[in-house]
Formats: sequence, C-alpha cells, structure tokens
Amino acid sequence: MPVLGRACLILALVACAYGIGASLYGARTGRREWADSGRRAVYALAGLLTVSFGVLEVAFLRSDFSFATVATHSSTTTPGFYKGAAVWSSQEGSLLLWAWLLAMWSSLVLFSTRRRMRAITPYATAMLLGFGAFFCGLLVFAASPFHVLASAPAEGNGLNPLLRHPSMMIHPPMLYSGYTLFTVPFAFAVGALAARRVDAEWIRSTRRFALAAWFFLGIGILLGARWSYSELGWGGYWAWDPVENASLMPWLTGTAFLHSVMIQEKRGMLKVWNVSLVLATGVLAILGTFLVRSGILDSIHAFGASTLGKPFVAFIALLAAGSIALVVSRRDLLRTENRLDSLLSREAMFLLNNLVLVGLCFVVLWGTFFPLISEAVTGQKASVGPPWFDRYTVPLALMLVLLSGIGPVIAWRRATAANTRRNFLFPSACAALCAVALLPVHVAQKPLALCMFAFAAFVAGSIGQELVRGVRARRAMASESVPLAAVQLVRRNRRRWGGYTIHVGMAVLFVGVAASSTFQHTRDASLVPRQTVRVDGYDVRYVKATGRVADDPDGTGAFMTLGAVLDVSKGGRHVATLRPARNYYPGDPSQGTVGQYIMGDATSEVGLKAGATRDFWVAVQPDAGWLMKVVAKGNDLPPSAGGLALAAIAQRYAERPPPADFRLIASPLVTWIWLGGMIVAAGGLVALWPAPDLARRRVTASLRARVAQELGRA
Amino acid sequence: MDAVAALLVFVVLVAAVALVVAPLRRGRTERLIAAEEARREELEAAKEAKYLEIRDAEMDFRMGKLSEADFRALDRQLRAEAVEILRDLDRLT
Repeated sequence: MPVLGRACLILALVACAYGIGASLYGARTGRREWADSGRRAVYALAGLLTVSFGVLEVAFLRSDFSFATVATHSSTTTPGFYKGAAVWSSQEGSLLLWAWLLAMWSSLVLFSTRRRMRAITPYATAMLLGFGAFFCGLLVFAASPFHVLASAPAEGNGLNPLLRHPSMMIHPPMLYSGYTLFTVPFAFAVGALAARRVDAEWIRSTRRFALAAWFFLGIGILLGARWSYSELGWGGYWAWDPVENASLMPWLTGTAFLHSVMIQEKRGMLKVWNVSLVLATGVLAILGTFLVRSGILDSIHAFGASTLGKPFVAFIALLAAGSIALVVSRRDLLRTENRLDSLLSREAMFLLNNLVLVGLCFVVLWGTFFPLISEAVTGQKASVGPPWFDRYTVPLALMLVLLSGIGPVIAWRRATAANTRRNFLFPSACAALCAVALLPVHVAQKPLALCMFAFAAFVAGSIGQELVRGVRARRAMASESVPLAAVQLVRRNRRRWGGYTIHVGMAVLFVGVAASSTFQHTRDASLVPRQTVRVDGYDVRYVKATGRVADDPDGTGAFMTLGAVLDVSKGGRHVATLRPARNYYPGDPSQGTVGQYIMGDATSEVGLKAGATRDFWVAVQPDAGWLMKVVAKGNDLPPSAGGLALAAIAQRYAERPPPADFRLIASPLVTWIWLGGMIVAAGGLVALWPAPDLARRRVTASLRARVAQELGRA
Repeated sequence: MDAVAALLVFVVLVAAVALVVAPLRRGRTERLIAAEEARREELEAAKEAKYLEIRDAEMDFRMGKLSEADFRALDRQLRAEAVEILRDLDRLT
C-alpha cells in the first residue's frame, strides 16, 4: 500500500495549500464560509496523515521490507513490541509522526475554538497549516517514508538496539506532542497580532494547549533522562547533550510564558514580552526538531544525519524574522495597561522568574551552538562540557527554586512589611531548620548543595503554609470539614493548586539533582571473579560471569548476552545482588559465521539497586580484545556451525572469563528525581483538568447566543 | 498501482474534498465578526479577568497576604474598574 500512503501525503500537502488560501481569504474578506472551509482543511489533513501513518505502521508491524525505511530500521528479529516504535526511529517516520501529531492537535484546538475568536482563528489556521505544509513538503519531496525498493531484501537492518527500551516507545511521541502543541499558542499569537486583537482572550483560549505542550515536553524530557540513566551505560541522566538541550529550551521559555500570561490576564501587563515568549517558544520547538533530525551537532541522541538542514534553517529563519516583524509592526497595540506597583509584589517575582528562565534558556542555547559559533569565528569546532553549563545553570537553578517558594506567598501589587513578615516567617524557618540539620553532616562542605536543600525546604514550607491557610479560609467561609475544604480549595482553582504541586515536584527533583551530582561516588575497575572493590563504603564482589545465547531477559532481541553477577554489601550486611550485562546484536552477514550474529551494535544493561536514599548502579564491559579473538576463530567455521559456536563462546565466557571492566556508581537521592517528576506530572494534570463550572458557562453562553439568534430571526 | 489502492485513493480524495467544501456549498455569507461583537468579546474577557482578580484579592486577604486596609483599598479599586467594564458592556446593548 505505499501508493496509498504517498497519495495521502500529496493530498495532505494540497489540503495545506488550499487551507492556507481559504483561511486567509476568509480572514481578509470576513467571509465565514471560507474560514470554516480552511478549518476543515486541517481536519482533512489529520485524516489524510492518519491514513499515511497507519500504512507505514502496518508495514513495520508486517516487516514489509519492500518499504526502504522498514528495511533500514526494522527486521524480523526485532521484537514485536519495538516494531511499532521503530516507525519514529527513522528520519521519514519521525517527520511523519511530527506532521500527524501537529494535524491531530491542531484539529482539536480548532474544533474547541470554532465558535470563539473568529477574527483570530483564520490566521491561526493558516499558520498551523503553514507548519503542516512545511513538514508535508519534506515528506513528499525530501524524505518520503513510502520509497519502495526494486527488490525487497529477505531481512532488514533492525532497530537501533539503543532504542529498544520501554521509554523509547513513548519518549518521542511525548516530545513531539510537546513540540507540536507549542505551535498552537504560536499560531494564535500570530493570529492575534495579524487580527490586531491582542487582549487576553487568545491567551485564555490557548493557555491550556500551552500547558499541555509543557506537560508532554516535560514528560518526554524526563523519560529521555531515565533512558539515558538506564540504557546508555555512562551512569548519568543528563549530559547537556545538544539533543537534550534542544528539548529543554522550548520547555524553559514555555514555563516562562505560563507564568507571565497570568500577569497579562490579571493586569494587562507584559504583552510584548508574552507574545515574544510564545513566538520564541514556537521557533525553539522547530529548532529542537531540526537538531534531532539534522545531525548538525554531534549528539549521542541524534538519530538522523541528513540533507534536511537547509530547508529547516530557511524555515526557522522565516519564522524568526516574521515573528520579529509582526511584533514590531504591532507595538502600538501591545502597550501595557498597568505599571508595576512595587518591586515587592507577585508581579515583580514573576518577572524575575521569567528573567531567570530566559537566562537559563540563553545559557543552554549558547552552550549548545558554541561548536558552530566557534567554528564560524575561529575555524575550529570547540565544544563546552557539563562544567561550563554547571557554572551558569546552578546559580540560576538555585534562584528559580527560591522564587518558586516566594511566588506563591507574596501578594499581588504590593507586599507590606507586616504581611511579608507573616508570610515568610514559616517558610524561612523551614529553610533555616533544614540548613542547621544538615550542617553537622558533610553536606555543609558543599554550600551550593546546602542552599538547594534549604531552598527546597523553603518551597515545601511556603506551599504547606498556603494549603493550611487556604483550608482555614474555606472553612471560615463555608463551614466545611478539613478534607472537603482541601478538595474544594483545589477544585475551585485547579490552575493555582496544580501550579503549587508542580513547584513542590520541581523542588524535590532539584534536591535529587543536587544530591546525586554533588555526592556521587564513581569507580572504574577491571575485575576477575572473586575480586572485591570498595565504593562509598560498599563492598562489591564479582561473584561470577554469565553468558547466554538468544535468551535476553529484557526481550530486546539480543543474540548474545555476556554479564556478571555482583554481590553488594556494607559492613558485612548484604545489600543487593546485581546482574549487569552487555547485549550483542546482529551485524552484517559479511561479518562471518559468528560475527554476523553479534558484531552489530552492543548495549549495556545496567545493574541497578534503586532506593529512597541511594542508588547503586553498575555497568560491565567484557574484554573486547578477547571477544574479537574468539569471534575470529568462530568465523573460520562453516556457516551452519554459527549457532553452536555462539553457544560455545557464551559458555566459555561464563566458565573462564577474562577480566571485565566495571563502572560502579553510588548516587544519593536519584529516586527523588523520578519522584519529583511524577509530582510535577500530577500537578500538571490537576492544572490541565477542565473546570466543570467553566464548561457549564460555555454551554450556557452558546445556548444564550442561539436563543438571541433565533429571536432575532423571528 | 493496483485497483484496490486506486479505489482507496479515490475514496480518500472524495471524502477530503467533501469535508473541505461543505461550508462553501451551504451558500452562507455571514460576516466573520462585527466590530461590535469583537468589542463585546474583549469586554467580556476583561470582565472575567477582573472578577478573577477580585476573588483572588479576597482569598489573599483571608490567607493573610493583604492587610485589611490594603485589601479594602484594592477591593474598592478593582470593583470600580469592574463597574466601568460593565458600563461599557451596557453601552453596547
């Protein structure tokens, strides 16, 4: 069915072109039927791309190697669970996923706003279809997922083993949902500026989509960190890699936008700032996709190296230039309605929070593109590493956590000395208590980490105080029981309490980051069975080697697994038994009788004992020289003996193993990172959940409009 | 191209065209939005924002983030601004 898939892509491109024209014609002439037709072009785009995506997904599930992209990114030996996810491991498949998600989310937002913002939506529709046209254009002219091979091979290359991890099933769709959802507020901002309707209405209508984008992108980033921690074999969760940074940048500006829109909604301030932030976030979302797909910067996550660089750069330049021109041309409409009353106010804290977030984004942007900048200036590609990023991001992160505790308790407009004392006493006491409690232990030697722990306690204290006072206020107003008052408090202002929950989650996450990065103990050792090594007071004994053939416990399709059994103890007390391993995957048939089965990619399966206070992490690397030697011997055997030879290699490794290289890491509070992420996600869901009274109000408003219309006709 | 694929492409094409041109076939020529309607939408949005601000100020006062004197002054000012918005809305009716 490649014909159907390709035809749908061409029709999708035509639908985009038509929809842009119809929407702009409707907007310019005020003819609603053309604007409606343009909106329906987005629905048609979603339908057409659903068919295209379905055709490609079925081809992957059926291992139809007549599709070039299936032959190069899947195989019959790829486990079925991962065949479905292999679609987005390819350049073409991931671009199709991007376009499909864009069309689906755009349809949802345009359907939900079909009776509102009628001056703005035609322009927004045209902009969303502009994004669609760009990606459909790439899929039709530059990276077709439906290219058919003249003769289908019997076997495909297989999915990159690094991607055979459960989080990789949902990490890319989450990231792409975030990226594509950020185009929605971008498009509506363009629409609001084009229609000269820059009041808070467009923000109110698209805020939920900006929040959803932030939510999905955040989950995607966290899943990526988890994948890095458990799959890449270096023991960390964040490496300031260009692709990681690419997803972080729009998330940071999106976070800033979600805070500063509140100022525009409440006070009519920061209009230029908000519009600029949301436009920058949209551009950064496209930049993120570009960095992943172009391979322009060296990255452990860049799974594409292609010729798509030029169209992407041209599109990003067009978006950036158009955004700047639009904001400049509408600056008269974007004048603030109010002034900042005091530097000690919630508005001022939000502004400071925005400056910190944008500062962080700038640091990340500079560090990410430094190799290109240095090459342009000096002719030599130089890159900056984690220490450079840490120098700037750590102080900014500290400020951010502190501000996330100050923001919820400081008053709007102006804080007085009396209410400042009353509101900050308890959180400050929590912070001081935390710092004093940690002083006797070795945490005191690391002042930045100590500050982070104290600031996190400050956040917990301020949110806890808000909750207690809020419940008290509700009980005074409505005489409710404590649990009911707490539920009603959250229910009546989900956005606020969802936000507060997110602040707590971020504080927990940052505590995990600070503790695990500051107090981590790492040791690299070459061991033979029965040898013991000590890491951070833990005794780790290499008990025995293991070797398995076609028996990968994680079901990733590895042909051979060489591993180790380690016994971890502390003070003579058994702590854990860990089984790190190295998985070997099939390579090219030309690599010989044995080599063809195991000389492809290899991945680490880490041994991990995760705990509330400490993680113990181990990766093993069997001696590559030994392996090459035995594979070379095995390759002399006839092809029919390949299986037996593999079994013999695995058995020999288990019985008489050569020294193996181990990386052993003891990290405190890594679990807090994942726990904090889950709290953030829960807070995001609370904030996203639609308020029931709002839904009712909208229904009532539409019914009232209908009554008025029908009475008018009579 | 096999016959089934051709038929499917044709079906998809017809469905997409039917979906997109349906509003044009209704012969509706409503104006997108009158200036008055736009102004009303803007004022309704401003009214909602002002009400939210009034409710938040009251909650802030009850939670001790505003002194009584500050709250009274702020509440008076916000309500006066809300009255202005309602007046503007009434002028449109």
